Amino acid sequence: MSTEFLMGNEAIALGALDAGVNVVTGYPGTPSSEILETVARRREKENPDVYVEWSVNEKAALEVAAGAAYAGARTLVTMKQVGLNVASDPLMSLAYVGVKGGMVIVSADDPGPISSQTEQDTRTFAAFAHLPVFDPSSPEEAYRMIGDAFALSEQYGTPVLFRPTTRVCHGCAPVERTDKPLRNTPEGFVRDPARWVIFPRASYLNHIKLANRERELDEKFSAYPLNTAENTAGGRRAIACGGISYAYVKEALEQLGAENVPLLRIATPYPFPEQLTSAFLRDKDEILVAEELDPVIERALLLCCGRAHLPVTVRGKLDGTMPQAGENSVEQLRTAIAAFLGLPAPKAENRAEPPALPVRPPVLCAGCPHRASFYAVKRAMKELGQKAYFCGDIGCYTLGNAAPLDMVDTCLCMGADVTIAQGLRRVEKDAVCFSFIGDSTFFASGMTGVVNAVYNGTDIVLTVLDNSTTAMTGHQPHPGTGRTMMGEMTAKLSIERVLEALGVSSLRIVDPLDQAAAVDAVKAAAGERGVRALIFRSPCIAVTKPNATYTVTDACIGCGKCVRELGCPATVRQGKQVRIDPALCFGCSLCAQYCPTGAIVKKEVR
Amino acid sequence: MEQNRSILLCGVGGQGTVLASKLIAYAAMRGGLEVRTSETIGMAQRGGCVVSHVRVGHHINSPLIPRGSADLLLGFEPAEAVRCLPYLRRGGTAVVSRAPISPVTASLSGSSYNGADMLTYLAEQVENLIILDTEEIIVACGSPRVLNIALLAAAAKTDALGITPDELRAAVRERLPEKFHALNLGAIDYICRR
Repeated sequence: MSTEFLMGNEAIALGALDAGVNVVTGYPGTPSSEILETVARRREKENPDVYVEWSVNEKAALEVAAGAAYAGARTLVTMKQVGLNVASDPLMSLAYVGVKGGMVIVSADDPGPISSQTEQDTRTFAAFAHLPVFDPSSPEEAYRMIGDAFALSEQYGTPVLFRPTTRVCHGCAPVERTDKPLRNTPEGFVRDPARWVIFPRASYLNHIKLANRERELDEKFSAYPLNTAENTAGGRRAIACGGISYAYVKEALEQLGAENVPLLRIATPYPFPEQLTSAFLRDKDEILVAEELDPVIERALLLCCGRAHLPVTVRGKLDGTMPQAGENSVEQLRTAIAAFLGLPAPKAENRAEPPALPVRPPVLCAGCPHRASFYAVKRAMKELGQKAYFCGDIGCYTLGNAAPLDMVDTCLCMGADVTIAQGLRRVEKDAVCFSFIGDSTFFASGMTGVVNAVYNGTDIVLTVLDNSTTAMTGHQPHPGTGRTMMGEMTAKLSIERVLEALGVSSLRIVDPLDQAAAVDAVKAAAGERGVRALIFRSPCIAVTKPNATYTVTDACIGCGKCVRELGCPATVRQGKQVRIDPALCFGCSLCAQYCPTGAIVKKEVR
Repeated sequence: MEQNRSILLCGVGGQGTVLASKLIAYAAMRGGLEVRTSETIGMAQRGGCVVSHVRVGHHINSPLIPRGSADLLLGFEPAEAVRCLPYLRRGGTAVVSRAPISPVTASLSGSSYNGADMLTYLAEQVENLIILDTEEIIVACGSPRVLNIALLAAAAKTDALGITPDELRAAVRERLPEKFHALNLGAIDYICRR
């Protein structure tokens, strides 16, 4: 045994490596991205035979892994919860077809949400897809459960879902690793069309199998050591929980001096361990459910009580006792549990009201080329005096919505900028409809939207913000970067050649940091019809080095145009003038290009 | 058995809170203690508020520190220290950098945020308050990147961190790439001499 201090995502990666994983695929998304990155970083030392890739999107990741699992490989697929929506087409069918090698699909949920579009619950998805799901409460458990998930997957020939939440993914703890890691040698693909080719008749029979498996897994999970019934004789009022809420409940009970309260902890929410639960509920009057996102455990408890004719009152989200949305916390659960148990409410520490705090929303970095791209479009359309709409997408450039740029009118999901713009254009016949998409998102799910526009002859201006990386999630490579997660150099896919092949009506490539050229390009594209593509190409500041910094001379008249128009974090008002923070300035020169008195000058060339 | 210790680090994305929390965790583990931490990773890292929770001791459940129970608050920025003050327990210690970071929104609205109100409020509210003269330290050490180590060193000088300056030095030597040793060890020495 060796102990390492690991982030939950690292524990999941090493758990998979120690369980003999052969093929790892995924698409980046907070809070899941570090899992696959850890596999890539550690595979050389742990098991050089492991193959790892960032796939072009979650659907591709799942399908690549499914193919490998058909041939007997143990496979891990990683994504965030909204990525599971993209992968849902192959997932729903794969649940019927099954796998040969063990397959674990990690879909990280994000209560809050902290970095996501939705508060959807992978546990609910698991029930929808009839797939078993594991729900760890800590990095140590995540490490252990990954091994259990692989074993279950192979035993039942089914993909298994695994859903950590942000606080497990991004929490760190000492994790004990086995010194006897498993290794799997794939048997290879055995042709068997009756098994690997999905047909209605086979699906009918597989559906029956899935339903029957649910009962079998109830029994198995009721005996699973991480589904626990604690202090069963501790009274008639009990608490149920799962995931990170287990850690919060334990701490809240300690603080309340109520450690002996009966506690049901569910680590496998689907199929639900009903036998364990019914036995636990037999002598209870009331149970309070502490869980985040959907009331999954709560519904299962109600079902359990109904089936076993148990007169237990179930309190949670459905009856309004617990909050419907957002994260749980020790404090909030302590208050809820105190009320539930009739204990005195913990008194809140009250301090004097603080002074008004500055608001600090996330912003585009100083020197970010997206700022220049958005500003060029904004300026061009203002100068043309034409009505325009700006459809945004998922990535750093969603931050273009903030003042003063205010350049994102819509944002829905990956790739939707291209197609929402088409829909707007069908109604707003006198508006120029722009779509803004990043390079990674373009490859992930933008291309089919472009095909749709070209095919249907819809007038849009497609703006690709190419910063040569997947910036928001931590600078992962993608098909346009020429680098793979195996450390190999590969052909760079050319966005312009793809667009040409898709048949866009015009194509312009400009450096957004050259504002005059960028504004001209936007004006020219706005004046045309068809699918006009504009590629704004300039690397993310995180993958390049600054070449200069800028400073403000006494010629500054304090008009504040730079601050008011561009909103760069490096430009700060100081008294009547503006100052550029040298620690933040990246030398993009955007402010210098617009200063009416030429007061912003290059200071040092790095 | 020593009580568990909870340390909250807060600042603005890019200030080095994550590295500081890793160093505390490493030094504590080296001392045979259990550690749990929780980090802000994702969109907030782009200039938003970031918070790291570090819990050290023998039996720790939650990776997040409940409000009113942090023993030590490391404020990398005055307003962020005020924002997170509800986490600090009565009688807890706060070590706060004097240098304000003005958000884009403040510059836009023309409001003048300079951190002074925040420091006054902290002085009224926190019994054990240490304010670091950030600019002076940066000039003396020759780099703005020493802020995180300077805060740790100032906390290590009191017993609020549960780690001695020497243990902090060892953590720097063992966890940071060698090219950063001189700068960071220099910052620890500078703080300890004061």
